[in-house]
Amino acid sequence: MAKKRFFTKKDLIGYLFASPWLIGFAIFNVYAIIAVIYYSFCDYSIIEPPKWIGIGNYIELFRKDELVPIVFYNTLYYTVFAVPLGMIVAFFLASLLNHEVRGISWFRAIFYVPSVVPAVASSILWLWIFRPRDGLLNILLGFLGINGPNWLASLEWSKPALIIMSTWGVGGSMLIFLAGLQDVPRQLYEAAEIDGANGWVKFWKITIPMMTPTIFFVLVTGVIGSFQVFTAAYIMTQGGPGNSTMFYVLYLFNKAFRDFRMGYASALALILFLVILIISLILLFTSEKWVYYEARR
Amino acid sequence: MMRKSTYKVVKNCIYLTLLVTFSVIFLFPLFWLFTTSIKPDYQIYKIPPQWIPNPPTFAAYPRIAKLIDFPKKLTNTLIIVVSTILGTCLSCGLVAYSFSRLTWRGRDIFFIILLSTLMLPGVVTMIPIFVVFLKLGWLNTFKPLIIPSFFGNAYFIFLLRQFFMTIPFELSDSAKVDGASEFQIFYHIILPLTKPAFAVVAIFQFMASWNDFMGPLIYLNDPEKFTLGLAVYALSSGHQGSIDWSGIMAAGVIQVIPVLVIFFFTQRYFIEGITLTGIKG
Repeated sequence: MAKKRFFTKKDLIGYLFASPWLIGFAIFNVYAIIAVIYYSFCDYSIIEPPKWIGIGNYIELFRKDELVPIVFYNTLYYTVFAVPLGMIVAFFLASLLNHEVRGISWFRAIFYVPSVVPAVASSILWLWIFRPRDGLLNILLGFLGINGPNWLASLEWSKPALIIMSTWGVGGSMLIFLAGLQDVPRQLYEAAEIDGANGWVKFWKITIPMMTPTIFFVLVTGVIGSFQVFTAAYIMTQGGPGNSTMFYVLYLFNKAFRDFRMGYASALALILFLVILIISLILLFTSEKWVYYEARR
Repeated sequence: MMRKSTYKVVKNCIYLTLLVTFSVIFLFPLFWLFTTSIKPDYQIYKIPPQWIPNPPTFAAYPRIAKLIDFPKKLTNTLIIVVSTILGTCLSCGLVAYSFSRLTWRGRDIFFIILLSTLMLPGVVTMIPIFVVFLKLGWLNTFKPLIIPSFFGNAYFIFLLRQFFMTIPFELSDSAKVDGASEFQIFYHIILPLTKPAFAVVAIFQFMASWNDFMGPLIYLNDPEKFTLGLAVYALSSGHQGSIDWSGIMAAGVIQVIPVLVIFFFTQRYFIEGITLTGIKG
């Protein structure tokens, strides 16, 4: 039997077609990760070449930099509220859309529209809506007899304001939930109805369990996304007032592109990566307990 | 029988009411954006608000278009948008073809690697990539915003691959018998059959480039080179004293209109793309 050639023409063609991504992967992923690890051990202002300082950046990050705990707290606060709230709203809207009512595609489009609005436009719009005295939100709250807070100008309400704003853009999650809902087999509901199950029981015993893989997906991508919240805070509050909206990536951005401390920013980036990785892994392991995969039955 | 149908009517009414209520809530901010932009100055701060501007005035639009040099900023944005769409469709098409229609050593491992890069937060690699472009002297040019699109995008490669997989392999085989090369098969057979998939990619890339903020913010510092989004941001952050809200809202409307138009004409593709890949748009 002839020895199989190590690299055939077929392989060559395959690699050629895949080469754009292979090269991109080598530069933008492999090289970039090695470089970010290297920079994180350096003092690097761009003007001068990177200077090795060992774990100096990490010591500063964990021991000396008083803003780091605040930045972590803000980001965690944002994630803990924005992700579940967004998921509940998205799930609720998806359930509303999962019925045969005339014009349903119009409603679907309307709920999704805010998600295509550019971040700059939506940020300036919500800046205007959140104005304490003459902003739309407080005017509407005033109609209900509620004296609205100062929102973006207040230490306590600046984060909730950004969370409310993020809920406006749940259209993407909503469409993913809707696709999941439409995949739940009809027969399950029909069988349950024969057994006399009401809507509530059907929701908790059929819809939710069948939707757990989708819920898991939206949860993980939502957490990863909200850990990187940046644009709204950059445009609307610049991290203020009193650092109450100084989120992790915003802080990292300032360190890198305002203070030109690329080494320190690289250390911040790596720690963020590790945190996101650990949280994703925790979610993945706990998912064994609550996510239902049909194929594994 | 009768009871059942009344029940259904009531239920539909409840659904419709909820749907309409939420539609109003979701659309109201956009309504507010637009109406503020066409209000005469003295009606902007009125409490209770002037819901419908009377008389509406479009004076803010020419004012803002002139202030931000709209034609220039639109051209800049379009150069980036069109180039990235070309780059993405070309690179992702070829790579997706390789991952779906060709067999080669290491393909499956590389595909898993491709999927795992989706989990890599962009912030992590942002600094080294910036340094690379800086060293190449590409700062203040559109290159850092355009060139990466020619190296593929994992989401779109995955999306196109899913579409390519659905095309019967017999088509490729018979073309091969006729002596067609892989590139010819890609170009003459797969490409025409998967135009809708490329439409999905093009639309998502349009949105991504048009809406991108951090990229232009990092790489462009010369106002002449600003994209529309960056110009709108500069306008809103650069004010001193009283804020020209109708002007800023007009700028927002200018930035929003194209995406809204494209969205409404291409809804179907959007929904397909999102449900297939889980990109949230």
